[in-house]
Amino acid sequence: MTVTDTSTRVATPSTVIDGVGASATRPDGVPKADGSFVYSSDEYHDGSLWGVTLRSPHPRARILGIDTSRAEGLDGVRCVLTHRDVPGSATYGMKIYDQPVLAFDEVRYQGEPVAVVAATHPEIARRACELVAVEYEELVPNTDPERSLTGTVEGLPGGGLARHVRIRHGDVGAARARADVVIEGRWEMGTQDPAFLGPESGLAVPLGDGGVELYVSCQNLHLDQQQVADCLGLPLDKVRLVLSGVGGAFGGKEDLNVHIHACMLALRTGRPVRMVYSREESFFGHVHRHPAIADIELGATRDGRLVFTKVRLVLDGGAYTSTSQVVIANGCYFAAGAYHVVDVEIDGYATYTNNPPCGAMRGFGAVQSCYAIESAMDRLAAELDLHPLELRMRNAIGEGDVLPTGQPVDGPAPVQEILSYLRDLPLPPDSDHFAADMRARPGGVGNVTRGEGIRRGVGYALGMKAIGFSGGMDDTCTARVTVWIRDGEPVAEVYCAGPELGQGVVTLEAQIARTELGVRTVELRDKDTDIAESGASSASRQSWMTAGAVAGACGLVRDEILARAAAVLGRFDGELTLDGPEIRGRDGRPLVSVADVLGPESVSHAFTYRHRPTEPVDDERGQGNAHVAFAYAAHRAVVDVDVELGLVRVVEMATAQDVGKAMNPVAVEGQIEGGTVQGLGLAVMEELQITDGRIRNPSFTDYLIPTMLDVPPMPMKIFEFPHPDAPYGLNGVGEPPNLSSTPAILNALRQATGLELPRAPVRPADLISPTAPGDGGAGLARADQQGDPR
Amino acid sequence: MRVNVTVNGVAHSVDHVWALESLLDFLRERVGLRGTKNACEQGECGSCSVHVDGVLVCSCLVAAGQVEGCSVVTVEGLASDGELHPVQRAFVDAGAVQCGFCTPGMIVAAHSLLSGNPDPDDLTVREELSGNLCRCTGYQKILDAVHLAAERAGAAP
Repeated sequence: MTVTDTSTRVATPSTVIDGVGASATRPDGVPKADGSFVYSSDEYHDGSLWGVTLRSPHPRARILGIDTSRAEGLDGVRCVLTHRDVPGSATYGMKIYDQPVLAFDEVRYQGEPVAVVAATHPEIARRACELVAVEYEELVPNTDPERSLTGTVEGLPGGGLARHVRIRHGDVGAARARADVVIEGRWEMGTQDPAFLGPESGLAVPLGDGGVELYVSCQNLHLDQQQVADCLGLPLDKVRLVLSGVGGAFGGKEDLNVHIHACMLALRTGRPVRMVYSREESFFGHVHRHPAIADIELGATRDGRLVFTKVRLVLDGGAYTSTSQVVIANGCYFAAGAYHVVDVEIDGYATYTNNPPCGAMRGFGAVQSCYAIESAMDRLAAELDLHPLELRMRNAIGEGDVLPTGQPVDGPAPVQEILSYLRDLPLPPDSDHFAADMRARPGGVGNVTRGEGIRRGVGYALGMKAIGFSGGMDDTCTARVTVWIRDGEPVAEVYCAGPELGQGVVTLEAQIARTELGVRTVELRDKDTDIAESGASSASRQSWMTAGAVAGACGLVRDEILARAAAVLGRFDGELTLDGPEIRGRDGRPLVSVADVLGPESVSHAFTYRHRPTEPVDDERGQGNAHVAFAYAAHRAVVDVDVELGLVRVVEMATAQDVGKAMNPVAVEGQIEGGTVQGLGLAVMEELQITDGRIRNPSFTDYLIPTMLDVPPMPMKIFEFPHPDAPYGLNGVGEPPNLSSTPAILNALRQATGLELPRAPVRPADLISPTAPGDGGAGLARADQQGDPR
Repeated sequence: MRVNVTVNGVAHSVDHVWALESLLDFLRERVGLRGTKNACEQGECGSCSVHVDGVLVCSCLVAAGQVEGCSVVTVEGLASDGELHPVQRAFVDAGAVQCGFCTPGMIVAAHSLLSGNPDPDDLTVREELSGNLCRCTGYQKILDAVHLAAERAGAAP
């Protein structure tokens, strides 16, 4: 396999501060802390209008007519646009153009955009939306994914089936005969919302040449640019996207939101247009994590070796495709977990319904399948009377083991090390619930227990997923690095379009330039579509790809500076090294300054990085070397449950993860902590409640995400086993902590209560054990009844 | 209506304020201070936290007309002479900032907490800042930042 080589001659500067491996502070940290950082909802332009979206109140209805005349007559309204006004493609989408820019025949989910209004004040625009008369014929929504997967539902594309993924490895039928123990079960997961704090928003500015400039928060500038241009009927060079400040994304900003609407309004009115979704609108304006139904059968020998794994996974993608067919594939790739098992059958179905559209969210299908397989593993451990951690260690995948897709695991797979850390880490001390601060009890400041009825549980889970784009995609990232002299010192500028969402890729860009060039001052150019693409900040890929591109461009710049120095000095450039402002000879003595070599000139190079090639899996058996790399994480959750009231306090979330190389340790910790807490939310509180296709809780009052008081201490161990294919040996970090967090908590709750808890998130009513009150815990599984893994 | 208010020490007299206009919209759109963020419009997330006459409030829940004659301090009013306030500095240094959308409100709330309690323990910080949502960090680095700010203030002469 060819691997792009990025580690040319490293400058090894003697005085690099805040280079690769340091916990450098963010370049945007100060403006974010002093309030001057401009998010997409802060974008402002003199004379700008406000754009507001009219959305369907129905999950499914035929549009019989739209009358905009009354809205257009309202004082302050500048235009009202419907599907008739879309200049180019009527539909857009990340994989398939199937989502209408503005609904034209039918609305297929509650909240689907039907019209957009531009007015001088957002309140006027909202009132105008109320005056748009849309005549609907309501239709019965299809909301049952089990019906959709039959592919026979009238009114849904493909009869409701978006994709069926089949993975066949070995022979499950034959393996079944060798199994001493077989367990089966169904595990379900509700719909999680990314719930980023910074709402969808942007500013579109019409240009004199008929083009448009869009300042927007998104995860992939170039893919967005293509869709926007297609729907506006403009060539790419007439649509310029600039990344504005992104207030979090987590997958929910991979699909378009205000983009096309704001541009249409700006082009029609000839005025800049701002759009900002309210929180309620935001819940309708982005994709969610797919709700899941997983049926699993596991077979094992009496001594706890997995013999076969059979999984059926259904993910409901809702009304439009977004990335559903890739999410289901990723869910299936890792549905057997991070375990070595030869005989595997996996069937995954992504469905269409009239539920809200689902797409990318941190973990991308692997969150659902990890939750299911890790729940099944605990059931198997109970059946075998083995400690859950021991069962996992006996079956943990290792380097060279073959995945259900036929691909051997390469790169480090330190699952034993990860699990050993959790095994050896002392448990938090038992709490005297009667003496504890109420804030440390379930129910917290609600003060609902004096200590009675509280049970403690401990649970484990292990997760694995691919890093980077799988399945044969030619994935590139381009960066340009320019060095010039200012006040006698070399200054480097890094220019790369990889979106900064909060994860800190801008910090890495600067760290890499410091390490590779030894410069003290690094400037980062705004991210836009004037440079070649960098791909999405998704799939935990952006650090890897950007590092490859920036290091590559730095290497070209360094080579040219050294070649120029060699010419000045009359020496062979192989003898020279670049050390910040100096060029040194073999003996380390400074020979000439970079300032003297460059004078008033600059050196600038672009570099396009590619990861190693992958291949798609085949349709029949799902076999192929589809993945670039794999990452692993595990959690141990400790919970206290008030079994009388069904309230939970997560006491501790211990975690371990292999990151290859901690490029910025504090940032890596921040990713792991943030991912762990999103998993905690999914375990015990976060669910978008959808009834008959309607979202019942589109607000932060009713959709709860964890607060600081819901979050426990998170001891962690970060392993750094260098990844051989990656720049600096790094591996993707962002998604793995989101996988195992949720099932670890579920397993802890199961252990505390003895209940099956087949659905996440767990609601208070699910936790009330019929045998719990006053019986001293009879019938409840207790921590001390389980075998000790040590 | 006309609203007379001092924001970050500067007197403002603004005409044509709507009766239902929130202090948040007033600050962002009339005064042009966009550091204060809008993330929920319901007082759940704390992104819009400001001080009104020294009291910590969600500016989305306060009508602009209610601050007549008051003194409002926003995140932009914490730094002085181009130097970050120590609480702001601690957030940057501790890695408590990721996407940063919660950061202004979180800093205003942390500033308020430390003004009344210079050395809070973990549970107190968690309780006092539980009205400020963060989706990125998992809060650990925010907790670290508050302790760092407290430590530095304690060490200061």
